[in-house]
Amino acid sequence: MHLAYPAVLSSLLFCTGVYGVLARRNAILVLMSVELMLNAVNLNLVAFDVWLSRAAEETLHSGQALTLFTIAIAAAEIGIGLAIVLAVHRNRGTADIDKLRDTAEGPETERPDSSAAEKAEATA
Amino acid sequence: MSPAAAATAAHATTAAAGNGHGFLSPTGVEIAFLLVGLVTLGAALVTVTTRQLVHAALWLVVALGGLAVEYLLLTAEFIAWVQVLIYVGSVVVLLLFGLMLTRAPIGRSPDADSGNRWAALVVAAAAAGALVWVVVDAFRTTWIDLDGPAAGTTRVTGQSLFQNWVLPFEALSVLLLAALVGAIVLSRKATAETTPDTPAAAGAPGDKEGAR
Repeated sequence: MHLAYPAVLSSLLFCTGVYGVLARRNAILVLMSVELMLNAVNLNLVAFDVWLSRAAEETLHSGQALTLFTIAIAAAEIGIGLAIVLAVHRNRGTADIDKLRDTAEGPETERPDSSAAEKAEATA
Repeated sequence: MSPAAAATAAHATTAAAGNGHGFLSPTGVEIAFLLVGLVTLGAALVTVTTRQLVHAALWLVVALGGLAVEYLLLTAEFIAWVQVLIYVGSVVVLLLFGLMLTRAPIGRSPDADSGNRWAALVVAAAAAGALVWVVVDAFRTTWIDLDGPAAGTTRVTGQSLFQNWVLPFEALSVLLLAALVGAIVLSRKATAETTPDTPAAAGAPGDKEGAR
C-alpha cells in the first residue's frame, strides 16, 4: 500500500478536526473535534510504524506503543474535559463557549450576559 | 538511515512510483482503504457540520469505527480492537452522557456553529491544502510492504510494550488514576456546596466510573 493514502487521510481528518474546534459553539462538540484530531495523529503513527517496521532495522514498535499511549491519554482527556464542561454547565447554565467571556478583553458589551450568568449561578 | 534513503530515492525517481507500484493500478487493500477512508472522512465531515448534536456523536461512531477498519487494513489489529473498545465503547458513550447532562437540544439547533465559521473554514482549508501537498510530495513513492507477518498482532505489540515501554506504561497508569481522581473531584465539589442539585450532579461521577 502506498504510504500516501493513510498520510493524506490523516491530514484531511486532522483538518476536519481543526474546523470543528474553531467553528463549533457547544463545548462537547469541540471535544468531539479534538477526538478527531487525535485519531488522525493515531492513524499517522500506525501507518508510519507499519512502514518502518519493514524498512528500518530496529524500531521498538514505537509508533504502535505511542498510539496506545495516545488512546489512553485521550480517554483521560475526555473524562476531565467532560467533568469541566459539566461543572461549567452547573455553574453557568450553559455549555456554550461563546458565552463564557469573563476573562475576555475589549469593549464592555457583555454586561447583560454576565449578569445573567451570575443570576444562574445564584439560582443553581 | 532508511527513511532518508527512501526520501532520496523518492526524489530520484520523479514520476514513476517506487518499486513499480503505480497509483493507477491499485491493489485490493488500497481500494478497500480508499473506500473506508471516504466513509470515514464523510462521517467526520458530517460530525463537524451537522446541526443536531446527538447525530454528531453518532456520526463520530462511524468515523471512529472506520478508523478501526483502517488499522485492520494496516495489519495493526491490536490497535484496531483497542480503538473499538475505548473510543466506540466508552468515549462516545461519555460524550453522549455529557450531551444529556448539559441538556443539549434533541432536535435541530440553529446556533451549533459559532460566528467565526468562515474564518475556521479558511484556516482548515489552508491547512488541508498545505498538509496534503507536503505529504503527497514527500511520500509519493513510499511503499508499505503489507505482506509477511503482521506488524501489529497482540503478541508483537505486547512484547514491545512490556520489553521496551514498561516505564511509560506504568507512568500512564498513574496518569489515568490522576485523571480519574480529578474527574471525581471536579464533579463532587459542586454537590457539597449546593444541596438541591444532587440528582443531576450525583449522576456525573458515577457515569465516568462506569464508562472507565
